[in-house]
Amino acid sequence: MSDNADLERRHFLIAATALTGGVGIAVASVPFVVSFQPSARARALGAPVEVDISNVEPGAYIKVEWRGRAVMIVNRTQAMLDKLPSMDAVLADPSSAASVQPEYADNEYRSRRPGLLVVEGVCTHLGCVPIPRFDVAPADLGADWVGGFYCPCHGSKFDLAGRVFSGVPAPTNLTVPPYSFINDTTVLIGAETGTA
Amino acid sequence: MAMSESQVTGNFSRSFNSLVDWIDARFPMTKLIKEHATEYYASKNFNFWYGFGVLATFVLILQIVTGIFLTMNYKPSAAEAFASVEYIMRDVEWGWLLRYLHSTGASAFFIVVYLHMFRGMMYGSYKKPRELVWLIGMAIYLCMMAEGFFGYLLPWGNMSYWGAQVIVSLFGALPVIGEGLSEWIRGDFYISDITLNRFFAFHVIAVPIMLLLLVVVHIMALHEVGSNNPDGIEIKEHKDASGKPLDGVAFHPYHTSKDLVIIAVFLILFSAVVFFAPGMGGYFLEYANFEPANQLQTPEHIAPVWYFTPFYAMLRAFPSKLGGVALMGLAVLLPIFLPWLDRCRVKSIRYRGWIYRFALAVFAVSFLVLGYLGLQPATGGYVMAARVFTILYLAFFILMPWYTSIEQPKPVPTRVTK
Repeated sequence: MSDNADLERRHFLIAATALTGGVGIAVASVPFVVSFQPSARARALGAPVEVDISNVEPGAYIKVEWRGRAVMIVNRTQAMLDKLPSMDAVLADPSSAASVQPEYADNEYRSRRPGLLVVEGVCTHLGCVPIPRFDVAPADLGADWVGGFYCPCHGSKFDLAGRVFSGVPAPTNLTVPPYSFINDTTVLIGAETGTA
Repeated sequence: MAMSESQVTGNFSRSFNSLVDWIDARFPMTKLIKEHATEYYASKNFNFWYGFGVLATFVLILQIVTGIFLTMNYKPSAAEAFASVEYIMRDVEWGWLLRYLHSTGASAFFIVVYLHMFRGMMYGSYKKPRELVWLIGMAIYLCMMAEGFFGYLLPWGNMSYWGAQVIVSLFGALPVIGEGLSEWIRGDFYISDITLNRFFAFHVIAVPIMLLLLVVVHIMALHEVGSNNPDGIEIKEHKDASGKPLDGVAFHPYHTSKDLVIIAVFLILFSAVVFFAPGMGGYFLEYANFEPANQLQTPEHIAPVWYFTPFYAMLRAFPSKLGGVALMGLAVLLPIFLPWLDRCRVKSIRYRGWIYRFALAVFAVSFLVLGYLGLQPATGGYVMAARVFTILYLAFFILMPWYTSIEQPKPVPTRVTK
């Protein structure tokens, strides 16, 4: 190393080499990071599903699978629907302003057809499946309970329109997935038009 | 022509010495043995609390060995995982023992490490000059939590499934990036075969490599500064003419022979669990996990394995999603800052004032009570209790700079006592 080395030039070269190498490493890491995204197969399996609802009696529900998660379909009776407006006082988001639902379910029943509730059975807290509890005033949920969904993981409660109670850990109402009716007795979950 | 016995041993030791010389000219074998064993001096007044570091290393090796043998029969796919674990339990020769050693080892690892960390808090082992030993130790603890979490999904039981669902959803609480991040971790829209496969990769390759590396670094950092002792004084400050600490004895053979006894006692207790209560009444192996994963049905009572329950209780104590997650993250990370939160210059609890003794007792009780509360349902009284003890847990750390600066320590001896 000679005494009259051009140190400024050397520092510049070191910085330039480090920067180029750093950018190279960053770019090379992209395939590794992106490989963690849902694969083409996982995305394809997220296709819409057709559900026959002709056997769901009034006041009953069925649980179906869409994209690996539970979707609850409840055939609400008029009596159940009549209770909804009276719930507003104990709910965190009664008008669903902060919650996720398609435009056609952004109404007081949170559904396309008033009687038929379609919600994801995925607690908005940490993703457990809430248990449908349509019994009135059971011992464990208290005398005020008029029916709804109860999450066994952390105690979140939802009413018969999937609206969350205030003072529970879940922040928003149960999500309404996109869905449509193929005919009177068949629901298509996951798409707003067409068939599965 | 027959050789006498002394000629044989003489020949043997000559060729052994020349082999050692040959290696030492190419690799610092003798130097490393001296630095880390035969000439590493640790205090002669260690009590039983100083056995948990060795036990942690022992359990780590046990987990790696049993883990390797489990991978030889386990299948990391959603369709086969649960059945392959049952296959290990029923059909593989001694497979039940391999699995129970591994599952009991996971709980034992956390028991040993929690006691090891508590030892550090009692005797001020995180204080200058051992801050880095503590920080590396905390990194090991975080890796262990990740290892435990990834491993817990692998049996693909229903509790495995929903435990993973809840923990991955924690990331979803982060604003803006949360949902995308959860999806990126899962590699799918839900916990699926893809998730199981990658958790397997993390559990058997990525995290163990980091753990091993960190353990080596932890021990290197410790041997650079020297071990603390129950009196919390530096034995290096009093050396004899040859430079050996007067209050220290060589790690090998003195501490190693004592450690063998500790390992034997540990193995007696450990075997009692492995052979007589491997499920530990549902705490080491949870009942809901004897059912295969069902993505449409969450178990009625969901709780993580016991070693995560103190933090889980804090998560549930906060009445908002992001707040609960932030609080839990804070509770896990706060111990990292101990070396700077503690303003008292005296290390050992033997010579510290009543304030710290009291605070440490409150902390220990809070941690245990929160651990219990995390196993209970999230209803009224339990949640209120969790809130109280969460505040006590946080106060231990957050108020520490204040109460440790006003405490009145006792005089510290210059040489180690009993």
